[in-house]
Amino acid sequence: MSETPSYRGVWPTIKRLPLLPALLLMPILLFGTLGPLFYSHDPVAMNPAHSMQPPYLFGGQASYFLGTDHLGRDVYSKIVEGARASLVVAVTGVLLAGVLGIFLGMVAGYFGGWIDEVIMRIVDIQMSIPAILLTILISAALGGGLITITICVALVFWTQYARIIRGETLSIKEREFVLLARMAGCGTGRMFVRHIMPNLVSTSTVVATLQLGRAIIIEASITFLGLGIQPPKTAWGLMMAEGRMYLSTAWWLPAFAGFAIVITVLGANMMGDWIRDRLDPKLKQL
Amino acid sequence: MEPLLDIQGLTKHFFIPANGFLRRGYSTLKAVDGVSFSVAKGTCFGIAGESGSGKTTINKLILLAEKPTAGKILFESKDITAFNRQEIIWYRTRVQPVFQDASSSLDPNMRIIDIVSEPLDIQQKEIPRRAILLKAQEILRLVGIGPESLRKYPHELSGGQKQRVAIARAIILDPALVILDEPVSALDVSIRAQILNLLADIQEQRHLTYLVIAHDLAMLRQITTHVAVMYLGKIMETGETEQVFDHPSHPYTKGLLQAVPRSKPGQRKERPALYGEIPDPLNPPMGCRFGPRCEHRIQGCDELDPPLMRVAEGHFVACARFPEGGTP
Amino acid sequence: MAEKQHLLTVQDLRTYFYTRVGVVKAVDGVSFHLDAGEALGMVGESGCGKSVTCHSIVRLLPPAGSHIVGGKILFEGDDLVQKKEREMKRWRGKQIGMILQDPLVSLNPVHTIERQVGEAIRLDNRRQNKGFIRQKVIAMLERVMIPSAKLRLSQYPFQFSGGMRQRVLAAISLARQPKLIIADEPTTALDVTIQDQFLRLLKELQRQYGLALLLVTHDLGLVAETCDRVAVMYAGRIVETGSVEKVFDDPAHPYTRALMMALPELETKKKRLYQIQGEPPSLLNPPSGCSFSPRCSEVMEICRKEYPPSMPTEAGGVAACWLWANRSD
Repeated sequence: MSETPSYRGVWPTIKRLPLLPALLLMPILLFGTLGPLFYSHDPVAMNPAHSMQPPYLFGGQASYFLGTDHLGRDVYSKIVEGARASLVVAVTGVLLAGVLGIFLGMVAGYFGGWIDEVIMRIVDIQMSIPAILLTILISAALGGGLITITICVALVFWTQYARIIRGETLSIKEREFVLLARMAGCGTGRMFVRHIMPNLVSTSTVVATLQLGRAIIIEASITFLGLGIQPPKTAWGLMMAEGRMYLSTAWWLPAFAGFAIVITVLGANMMGDWIRDRLDPKLKQL
Repeated sequence: MEPLLDIQGLTKHFFIPANGFLRRGYSTLKAVDGVSFSVAKGTCFGIAGESGSGKTTINKLILLAEKPTAGKILFESKDITAFNRQEIIWYRTRVQPVFQDASSSLDPNMRIIDIVSEPLDIQQKEIPRRAILLKAQEILRLVGIGPESLRKYPHELSGGQKQRVAIARAIILDPALVILDEPVSALDVSIRAQILNLLADIQEQRHLTYLVIAHDLAMLRQITTHVAVMYLGKIMETGETEQVFDHPSHPYTKGLLQAVPRSKPGQRKERPALYGEIPDPLNPPMGCRFGPRCEHRIQGCDELDPPLMRVAEGHFVACARFPEGGTP
Repeated sequence: MAEKQHLLTVQDLRTYFYTRVGVVKAVDGVSFHLDAGEALGMVGESGCGKSVTCHSIVRLLPPAGSHIVGGKILFEGDDLVQKKEREMKRWRGKQIGMILQDPLVSLNPVHTIERQVGEAIRLDNRRQNKGFIRQKVIAMLERVMIPSAKLRLSQYPFQFSGGMRQRVLAAISLARQPKLIIADEPTTALDVTIQDQFLRLLKELQRQYGLALLLVTHDLGLVAETCDRVAVMYAGRIVETGSVEKVFDDPAHPYTRALMMALPELETKKKRLYQIQGEPPSLLNPPSGCSFSPRCSEVMEICRKEYPPSMPTEAGGVAACWLWANRSD
């Protein structure tokens, strides 16, 4: 669309598009999906002869652009590889959280009564357990790895969905078209599918995009603690954990991974804000 | 001939927790307190009242959105408050509402044709989809929505068009009774006439009966055949519209009619039509509810709540000054 | 011969809104005047520009995207369009008071009535002590017929009924004794019996203070009962002005005429309400020529081509319609 009124000029139109967030999210999207195309070296291959090389601009070799780690692995390629893990975990985790949270929130809001009470108590109980503790317990039960960490992310985030969707459902329930549908004989199943869920789409999308940033941080924290992705697979959090010891000597080990996390989360948050402003400005308090 | 809708002694009390931090105890909000009236087939019955009159609650009670505390609602001589699930489903095809806010009445994610065909989809599953869509299209044409709008979404329509769609949806199941709650007050003044004329036309064509709830007295005069004036949960006066408007007997009715601004300048009244405020519904006055504001108060008005008494054929007033069939 | 200066003269006011989808010409060439002691009713449907005109006069337009792009607003000779924002304080509240539609929104829910009315009074009595202000607040509340004013000083807006809140708003706007009150749909949220009381009060206060009153509403009956003159607005312009008696008795503009025929009357049931065909025009894409032409029953060729000038009518008013332009030739 975007017809530019003549009195306005081109710049404000560009300003309206989410260019900056898109730019910030480019790396994780490209690396995460097309990873191997971007490797300059095999991220797993160890090359002790070239270990602890600084980045190119700080005196290192051109082929190891961001330097190497203590085992001689290329930092840049590891970041590319790590993007995939972060992307998969964040997106899948948020999706799972969404499915669970939206379903329970919708049921709680629509039926009310004891169903609402029970679901909300479960939400309250879970929200009082710190995220880290939760993830430790789950990892202890299921072992480490990609699947575990995805489940952890899902379990941490579903409660926020549930609360928000419950509120949305409550307000949708009051709108006259719901009463009219009931008066036309609409059953519960049809009500959910045809009337309630389509009206939850914009809120759900906003919540999901705002969660993505936090999901990446949670994933990085969990991996940092050693509970998530295990070597030789790599993830940004793991890179930061491994590189922690070398902070003063080989700062590039943890620094670039941390930087990658920062710009990705920033991009996700900004994108989430933009989507929220377009779809549903009422949710500004998120 | 028995009336289509017969309300007998309808009462609805709400229990409101008392004020104060601990909220101990309850106050009783007598939203509707012993209301009786009947609506004959083919007529248009209006319920007039200001805020706190109980007219919105009556709407909810008739639509079975609330359960009455006492009293009966007879539809085609059957007591709807005693209906089981099957009967409620039947009832809902016979009585349909049209609400004030058309934007809220239409699902923003559905196309117009789907909104209007939904009741048929649900109720008459055996009819093929094509036939349903054709019927919906026909009804929409009847209310003035052409084929170019069928696939639009509600936000693409104007206020008047949305209300037409709401009306189309209400009549597609061929109900006997349509309950209209402030059908035109949210619309622009120049559009109201279109919708009111449309309602009159379809009533005639499809042999409908209307129950209209509104505060706009001029509008009620135009479209209703009978009217009931409510105040704080009770009917103060009821009868044929012409009768009640031309010969108002209850002091409240008189005050209400006097308070409506007229489009004829030079009729500036000297004093306000009515003094005082509408009392707190949680604490209605003793005896006649209108007593404290009434200029014609007599002995006993603050003790006895007068019942509806006949003052003329089909014309009833709840006022102590009108003993049965008499004039004061 | 010099023309007597009116209290308020609005000349060819244009206020446009710049939105993502185009320019909305909310007010497109509005001119009228108002004298002290006079009540002018500005009547029209939603989107006709009456509220935007009011907000333009006191320069309270929403900051983003709306501008007064042309015209003059002369208050006692001073052009308010030219004033800077900080200068407007001299007029807003002090010379021109406003009463808006929804008192629930206009009053601060967490301040007592005494404080809110007192704030207004204090602006003109900065050196006075609390007791003095309190006396003035009580006097003001009694003026607007709030019973037991003394006892209600410490109450909050939610403890007042709708009609009472509206009176408090009237008290606040009158506290500084302005010369002009602009009331924008002041009674739409009120019950009809309360509306009746409030308007009567407003008229009485107008008489007592010698105020000029600009009443904006969509209700023709209100204007007939409360105002001396009326200006009918449609699509951002005034289509007819005149004394209330003459305009209601024999409206000159087809829109005014159609509107009156379309309204139900309390006294009688009309055979059928007159139906104005079509819908109010889009302000983004107004029709060419006269904005009412697509719906006018007496439309002529020229109506679709050019916007008619405002011409005097037989009854002494003014109408923007080609029917009248021809007659005066």
